[in-house]
This record gives sequence, C-alpha cells and structure tokens, in this order.
Amino acid sequence: MELEPILLTLQLATVTTVVLLSVGTPLAWWLAHTRHWLRHPLGALVSLPLVLPPTVLGFYLLVGLGPNGPLGGLAEELGWGSLAFTFPGLVIGSCVYSLPFVVQPIQNAFEALGRRPLEVAATLRAGPLDRFFHVALPLSRPGFLTAATLGFAHTVGEFGVVLMIGGNIPGQTKVISIAIYDHVEALEYGSAHLLAGGMLGFAFLVLLILQLMNRRMARASA
Amino acid sequence: MKRQGFTNLARALLLASTALLPHSAAMAAEVNAAVAANFTAAMKEIVTAFEAATGHKVLASYGSTGKLYAQIVNGAPFGLFLAADAARPKRLEEEGKAVPGSRFTYAVGRLVLWSPAPDRVDGEGTVLKSGEFSRLAIANPKTAPYGTAAMEVLEGLGLEAAVSDRLIRGDSITQTYQFVASGNAELGFVALSQVALLPEEKVGSRWLVPQSLYAPLQQQAVLLKEGAGNPAAVALAEYLKSPAARAVIEAYGYGTE
Repeated sequence: MELEPILLTLQLATVTTVVLLSVGTPLAWWLAHTRHWLRHPLGALVSLPLVLPPTVLGFYLLVGLGPNGPLGGLAEELGWGSLAFTFPGLVIGSCVYSLPFVVQPIQNAFEALGRRPLEVAATLRAGPLDRFFHVALPLSRPGFLTAATLGFAHTVGEFGVVLMIGGNIPGQTKVISIAIYDHVEALEYGSAHLLAGGMLGFAFLVLLILQLMNRRMARASA
Repeated sequence: MKRQGFTNLARALLLASTALLPHSAAMAAEVNAAVAANFTAAMKEIVTAFEAATGHKVLASYGSTGKLYAQIVNGAPFGLFLAADAARPKRLEEEGKAVPGSRFTYAVGRLVLWSPAPDRVDGEGTVLKSGEFSRLAIANPKTAPYGTAAMEVLEGLGLEAAVSDRLIRGDSITQTYQFVASGNAELGFVALSQVALLPEEKVGSRWLVPQSLYAPLQQQAVLLKEGAGNPAAVALAEYLKSPAARAVIEAYGYGTE
C-alpha cells in the first residue's frame, strides 16, 4: 500500500479546508448580510468553480502561477520560486476549486439564522464580535460542519486541476487521484484497485457520517 | 390502403439506403487512429494530405503510448496505432489485438534537452551536470517512451539521484513540452520533432542527445484487429510508407528506415 499519495492528499485537503474556513467565513458573512450591489457579482464568482471544467481552472492557474504569470511572478519576487508543480501551488488551486463548497453552506446557515437572534443579543449589550462568536457561530454549527466536510472531500476528489498544474511529483504533487490515473495507465490494476476502492469507501463513510451528524444536530437544536 | 402505400415507401427508402451503404464505405471510410503524442504535429500534416489524396477520414487521438496501449487492450475502437516505441505494438501483436505482420517502423525519434531561453542549454548538455536549474521536465517514464529514454540518459550520466527531486513528469511528451515552453520548468527532455520547426524567435537552445545514451526510439505502427477490414485504416498504414509521408516525417527531424 502506498502511503505517500494518501498522506499527501490528506495534508492537501486539511490545509485547504483550514484556509477556506478562515477565508470563507467572513466572505459568507458578508454575502449573507450585505445589501451592497457587489453581492450578486461576487456570489456568482464564488459559485463559478461549480460549473467550470477543471481544465479552465487548471489552464488559468498554470498561466497565472508560472514564472510569467502575476502570482508566479510575485512568488518569484518573494524568493519562493514559481508556484506551479509545488504543494503551495496545489493549495491555491484547491482553494479556488473548493471555494463554493465551503462558502455556500456557511452562507446558507447565516441566512437561515436571520437577524433576529443577533438583534436580541445586541439589546442585551453584546458587542459585534461577541454576537458573532457566541450567537451566530454556535447556531450555524451544522453549516460549518457541512462546509468543512464538503471542502475536505471535494479537495480529496480533485483531479483535473492537479493533473494540469501538479507535474506528478511523488511526495509533492502526486495525490491519490493522480496515483490511480498513473496505475491505470501503466496497467497496474492491482494497485489501482487498492487506491480506488479505498477512495470509494472513504467517500461513502464521510457522507454517511455527515448525514448522521446532521440528523443528531437537527434533533439537538429542535 | 394509404397505410400500405406508406410502408411500401418506407421499405423502398430503406432498401435504397442499404444499397448505398457498402458502396459509400468502399469509396470513403473513417478510421480512428491512436497516435503517440510526439508525432502530433507531423501527423496533422500527414492526415490533411492523406484525406485530400484518398477521400478517407481520419480521427486521430493523441496521447502517451502507454495510455493508448492500455485503452486498446481494454477495447478502444482504434483501427491503427502509431506508437513511440516498438515494444507495445509488438505486445499487441502477441496478444492477438493486432494484425500479424502489419508492424513497421514509420519513424525513428530523437531526444533533445530543450529550453525556450537562448544560451540556457549548451551543445554538450553540461547544464545538467552544473545543476543550474530548479526544474527539469520529462515525460512519465512508465507510459511515454521518450520519458523512458530521458531516464536512461540521466542514469547513463550518473545524474539520476542529483536531479530526482527536481524532476517534473508530464502526462505525455506534449504536456512535458508545454511545461517547458510555458516557462514552468526551465528545461526538459522533449522530442526533436517538437522543436525542429520552431520559428527563429522561439527556437531557444538545445542539446541533441547522442544516440549512444539511450535505446533507439523506433516508432512502430501496427494495424489493429478493429482496422483489419477498414479500407481507410489499411490505406493510412500504406500512406505512412509513401515518399510524401516520409518527406513530412523527415522534415520534423525523425529518421526513417
């Protein structure tokens, strides 16, 4: 059993999920509460990765992260070297690719919460941060759980983007999906079966646990 | 009564159309060709000329030799296979997936170390030893013969360990070329055919790897079982041996036998 692609995939999905939760929460909050005209174009922008082929993202990332691209150029200036074919490059790609899966569940939770609990908390002299951390967050917990799980699982299932900006480097960019592709191409069906079967079981378990937890939470809050 | 007339008409139409079918097939047929990625540019030229000369139609799929081989083994409907090596067409013959005796060498490939930057690669390939690069692109050695050849060169020069953490692997030689051309890797082992006809401003710098450093890239084509009864597949295989096709193949820097 090859551990390297598995560990790398889990690492990528974990980092991506953490980054997306920290970036996605304020973004979801803003989208849920603002009346600004920008919320429509921004909302559409956030949803784009849902409908774009991974090749579109892969192509722009390749051009953007390369030494001649804006992001790659910036990284070169900072002395990081170009980002394509690196783990940080994959993190950037995965964050773009899994963004809607994290932002939308959180946004939905905030919207479902409405203004009322926050207004009540305000009359009780809770400050804005206090209201957010002690009222909005706990009440939106199922949304966050869904966001984290979907973001994580979606990143684990990534293929097209990684194929285009990864370069298939063992321990760096060779994630599970690429390893499976590699095995199939080389007719190593035994190894492909192992990894593919593992992925299948993993995905099923994640979704099953998510369902059960959501039901428990719904009951707890009811 | 009226209905009777309708069925008669339908029958007549059906008959007429079936009568036309074998006839049109004999005139112009269609072939799905599986083509090794390094041969993409040359093949496109050859296909255009072949279609104009014969009226047949070619649908070419380009990819790494290993990938195409795996697809053929799993029943992909290809009539003709143009590989980047001799091993896989031979295996298809042995496995009964190809027409025995139809295998021939259509091109002999050359490997180059290439960079789009002028003066980056010297004519001796010493840049590899100096290690003045952060990324070296090769095709996936498992599935692309040009990648296998690149690994042979690195092993032969004793540089395998030194560059191992700087290697990036393209899915095929086309992706490898794109990695280098886009500047994401400073240099890479690509096929001579990919850089043979570049315009002056894009020619960059290259080292034509001596043939003593890697096993000859005898690129063989084979007629697959699927294409045995297909006039277009048979004609395309023949056309590849013609002087017109050879002129194109040689223009791209391949040798011919």
